[in-house]
Amino acid sequence: MISVNGLIKSYGNFRAVDDISFTIRDGEITGLLGPNGAGKTTTMRMMTCYLQPDSGSIMVNDCRIDEKPLEIKKMIGYLPESAPIYGDMLVYDYLAYIAQIRNVSDKKRINEMGDLCGINEVMHKNVRELSKGYKQRVGLAHAMIHDPDILVLDEPTSGLDPNQIIEIRNLIKEIGKRKTVILSTHILSEVEATCDRAIIINRGNIVADDSTANLQASAGGNNIIIKVKGVDYATMSTSFREIFGVTDVQQVSVDELVTVKITTSKDSDLRPNIFKMVAEKGWVLYEMRQDQLSLENVFRELTTGGGANA
Amino acid sequence: MLSFKEPFIIMKKELRDYFVSPIAYIVITIFLVFTGFFFFKDFFYFNQAEMRNLFQLLPLMFTFVIPAITMRLFSEEKQSGSFEILMTLPVTTVDAVIGKFLAGLVFVLIMLSPTLVYLITVILAGSPDFGPIIGGYLGAIFLAGAYISIGIFFSSMSKNQIIAFIIGWAACFFLWLIDKIVLFLPSPLSFFEYLGSDFHFQNVSKGILDLRDIIYFLSIIIIATLLTTKNLEERR
Repeated sequence: MISVNGLIKSYGNFRAVDDISFTIRDGEITGLLGPNGAGKTTTMRMMTCYLQPDSGSIMVNDCRIDEKPLEIKKMIGYLPESAPIYGDMLVYDYLAYIAQIRNVSDKKRINEMGDLCGINEVMHKNVRELSKGYKQRVGLAHAMIHDPDILVLDEPTSGLDPNQIIEIRNLIKEIGKRKTVILSTHILSEVEATCDRAIIINRGNIVADDSTANLQASAGGNNIIIKVKGVDYATMSTSFREIFGVTDVQQVSVDELVTVKITTSKDSDLRPNIFKMVAEKGWVLYEMRQDQLSLENVFRELTTGGGANA
Repeated sequence: MLSFKEPFIIMKKELRDYFVSPIAYIVITIFLVFTGFFFFKDFFYFNQAEMRNLFQLLPLMFTFVIPAITMRLFSEEKQSGSFEILMTLPVTTVDAVIGKFLAGLVFVLIMLSPTLVYLITVILAGSPDFGPIIGGYLGAIFLAGAYISIGIFFSSMSKNQIIAFIIGWAACFFLWLIDKIVLFLPSPLSFFEYLGSDFHFQNVSKGILDLRDIIYFLSIIIIATLLTTKNLEERR
């Protein structure tokens, strides 16, 4: 378990992390989410003992970070942003070096990591010659080589192509079943796809900290989008508003088909009622789908409030 | 508390980095060409079986050769960002500094080892006095240690290797220069010469092992190493 309490870090006059507190439970994949410059990397750097907080405390499994940094460094596997790995080494040599310093004596472990991260074919290449995706994977192998209880990954999928992103996400999910994983990202779908919980940070503050399911739900009611033929927007709008539970009807587009977005209250599914109404009035239904508010909306709402940059 | 395993692993890695990149071969070649030239220039002329030529030249050679060796040790890591990886591995900052120091020292030993050929030449040419020769090599190691720790300190100050090199060179050159400027100072200030690296080196290379000289070099090494550690930890 990691508990962070009242963490503050400033660079000169700029307060990168402003009084952050959160707890990360074992065996969960937690996403640190925020726009660029929100303080994600700074927070992670403090958790991994690279930076020292100006004030506040971090506890990792009952070790205080300022008392036993070596113990904590042993427990954590850390992939820094954009994986700054020594350029002049072969991938195998690099992993062997890390294994040695991490006290991993079994040489087979390096090959295991090669299989797991899919880097066997570049083992004998110079790190400098690797594409960004491979470098990122070597970074992952580097972070996991000592089989740590906690994995801290700073933007693990940046620079990867879509296939690799899915591979890495699956890998993270797989690891997350047994380990505690903390990853940072500004890509929302990543959190939706991989994380159990999301902590949203904006300008050094936590603006939300909840399970991804709750966050999505809390974003407001469900939207139903329907496409109908044979009626104009005004009559459709007034008819739908009569249905109990409909809070708003908005026009999306009107051409041959009229597309509207119907916002309903949270807990009721009004699709049957809407269908009945369409059928009774004799309109032609082309499409009806439920549009759940994605994390993206939550994120925008939380991080652009108060005049912050989008 | 201080373990030798981590510094040793870091030392091996740094040494390999030296010999994988061209820098090792360039520095060693330049060093050998210069020392070879100045050693043999007067060797046959004076017709004496001694290596004084070499050891008189070494302190000045070291002032620029050694910062060239040490400049990359921390600057490169800071520039590429791998410093973050190093600092989040389970090693202390002191481990890292000592590991890099040892790598520099072993590098200098490797660089000096071909000069043993001169020794063979000297032995073949006559019967040299071994005192000054052993003292010379010992002094060279101490002096190299002091300059390496200074070089590493300036490497830890800057992301830019060139800046690390130039300031490191200036600092080493200044230490070399001190006992030469003392001539121009009024005699009550002549104690300044004790601060000069060349002064102590010349003492050792006469074949006289004086505790004061050894303490001088060791204290430079220790102070510079502590300053480097403090500097690296301060910036976190």
